[in-house]
Amino acid sequence: MNELLALIVAKYNFWLYIILMMIGLYAMIAKNNLMKKLVGMNIFQTAIILFYVSIGYKHGATLPIIQGGHGTHDAVIHAADYINPLPHVLMLTAIVVSVATFGVAMALCVKIYQRYQTLEEDELRIRLSEK
Amino acid sequence: MNNMPAIIVLAPLLGAFFSGLAAWIQKPLSYYIALAATAVSSVAAVGVFKQVLTAGTWQYRMAGWAPPMGIELRIDLLNAMVLVLVSGIAFVNLVASVKNVDQEIPDRASSFYVMYQLFVVGLLGVTATGDLFNLYVLIEITSLTSYTMIALGDKDRSPLAALNYIFIGVIGASFYLLGVGYLYITTGSLNMADVAILLKDIQGSTAVLTAFILCILGVWIKMALFPLHVWLPNAYAYAPVGFARVVAPLMTKVMVYVMVRLMVTVFGLEYIFNTLNLADIVVWLGVIAILAGAFMALLQTDLKKMLTYIIVCEIGYMVGGAWLGNSLGMAGAILHILNDALMTFALFLAVGNIIYMRQQVAFSNLQGLFGAMPWTMAGFVLAGLSIIGVPPTCGFFSKWYLVLGAFEAGAYHFAAALIISSLVCAVLFFKVFEICFFEPMAESHGHHGTAAMAEAPVSMLAALGLVSAAIIGAGVYAGTIVNTVILPFLH
Repeated sequence: MNELLALIVAKYNFWLYIILMMIGLYAMIAKNNLMKKLVGMNIFQTAIILFYVSIGYKHGATLPIIQGGHGTHDAVIHAADYINPLPHVLMLTAIVVSVATFGVAMALCVKIYQRYQTLEEDELRIRLSEK
Repeated sequence: MNNMPAIIVLAPLLGAFFSGLAAWIQKPLSYYIALAATAVSSVAAVGVFKQVLTAGTWQYRMAGWAPPMGIELRIDLLNAMVLVLVSGIAFVNLVASVKNVDQEIPDRASSFYVMYQLFVVGLLGVTATGDLFNLYVLIEITSLTSYTMIALGDKDRSPLAALNYIFIGVIGASFYLLGVGYLYITTGSLNMADVAILLKDIQGSTAVLTAFILCILGVWIKMALFPLHVWLPNAYAYAPVGFARVVAPLMTKVMVYVMVRLMVTVFGLEYIFNTLNLADIVVWLGVIAILAGAFMALLQTDLKKMLTYIIVCEIGYMVGGAWLGNSLGMAGAILHILNDALMTFALFLAVGNIIYMRQQVAFSNLQGLFGAMPWTMAGFVLAGLSIIGVPPTCGFFSKWYLVLGAFEAGAYHFAAALIISSLVCAVLFFKVFEICFFEPMAESHGHHGTAAMAEAPVSMLAALGLVSAAIIGAGVYAGTIVNTVILPFLH
C-alpha cells in the first residue's frame, strides 16, 4: 500500500493527466449534448498538453538562455540546470491544432443547430430518422 | 534542382494561398491555380521518385538545418512511390471534379479548391516527413480540412457525420501524440531515424511498449480498422463527391503507410515480431475487419455506402498483411496501398460520373446505366473486377502476395478470409452490374425501351480512362514494382 502511494506521489503528473483524459473521454461518450461532448474533447486534448509540459519540467531549474550576456562574460548554462524547452514549444503547436479543431467543431454545431434547432443527440437521431 | 522534395509539399501550400486570393479577383482563377499547383507537385514527385530509384534515400534538410535539431524530409523508395500516387491522384481528381463542384457547391467552389489543396499538403507532408511530431501536425491538417469539406456535402446529414468524425479523429490523433510523448521521454529525439537507432538499446522498456501501442492505436483509429471504423461510412458517403473520391482512396491508404513506416522504420520489425507477442491478435483483427466490412457492404442499398464498407474491408487486408511477419505479407500490404488507391479512385470516379448525370446512386436509381453511360460503366466494371481480384487487373496481384504470405506464416484463417471476401465482393459487384444492365428503366424516367446515351463530360471520362489504364498497368508490372521498389525497401 505504501509502495503504491509512493508510486502515485512520485509520478503524480502522469496520474493527473490520465484522470483528466478519462474525464474528457467519459464526457465524449456519455453526454447527450453536443456542446458538452465538445467540452469533453477539449479536456481530453488539454490533458495531453499538460502531460507534455510536465515532462519538460525540472525542480529548481532555470531558463534555457545564455547567462550574463550583453557585454559581460557569457556562459552557457549546463544542460542539467535548465528546463527542457522543446516539449513546451511543441505544445504551442498542439494548442493551435486543438483550438482549430474546437473552432471547426463549434462551427459544425452552429450548422446543426440552424438545421435542426437542437443539439441533443437523441432528438437529432429522431429528426434524422424522420427523413 | 535539389529542392524538389520541398517543392512537392510547398507547391499546393502556396497554391492554396493564391487560390484564396484569386477568388477575390475572379472565381474560376482559383481552379486553374489549384490545377497548376497539383501538377507542379506531381511533376516534382515523379522527379524525386526517379532520383530515389537511382541514388537511394534522399534526406532533405529543411532550410539547411541538420537533424536532429532541424526538420528533415526523408524520402526512400516507399514514400517516393506514395508521393507519386498521392499527387497524381490529387491532380487527376481535380481535372475530373470541376464539373461536379460546379454542380454541387457552385457558391463555395473557390473555398473548396483552397481546402482541397491544404488537404493535399497534409497528405504529402505526412508521406514525406521524417519527424514524428511533424507527422502529428500534418495528420491534423489533413483531418481538419477533411472535416470542413465533408460538412460541405449533403445538407441534412453531413454536418453530423463530420462532427462524429471530429470526435473520433481527435481521439486518434491524441493517442498518437501521447505515444510520441512517451517516445520522447525515453529517447529525447523526434527524428524517426534517430529514434530508431536509440530504441535498439531499450527494447524491453514498458515506456516503449506504451508508446508503440498508443501510436499504433491512434493510427488505427485514423485508418478505420474494423471496430474503430464507425465514423468512416457516413463521413465519406455524405461528403461532396469531388472530395469523397480523393479522401476515400488516399486518407486511409496514407494512414496505412504511416503504420508501415512506424513498424519498419521507427520501431523495427525485429522489435514488433520478436519482442512483442501481438502479431497473431492483429492478424485476427484484420480477419474480422475483412469479413465484417464485406458483410456490412452486402447490407447496403446505396452504391456510395457500399463502396465505403468495401474500404473497411480493404483496410483489413493491409493491416493483416503487414502483421503477418514475413516479407511476402508486407510486400502484399504495401502493393495493396498502391493498388487499392487506384481501384477505389476508379470506383469513386465512376460514382461521381453517375451522380453528375443522375444525382443519386441508390440501387433503385441505377437501371439502364450500361446503355446510358457505357464508358463510365466500362471503367466501373474494370475497377470492380480488380476489387474482386480477376487476374489482369492489379487487385489480383496484391491478393496473391497476401495469400502467399499467409501460407508462409501459417495464417490460414487470413487466407480464408481473403478468399471469402473476394467471393462476397463478386456477389456485390455482380448485383450492381445486374441492376445496371438487365433491369429496364423505370417508367418515371420518361424513357421507353433502351435509354438514350447520356454520358458524362469528356474530362471526367478521360480521368476514368487514365485510371483504368493505370489499374491494368499496375497489374501487368506488379512483379517489377515489387522487385524494384518494395523488396529493396524492406531489405
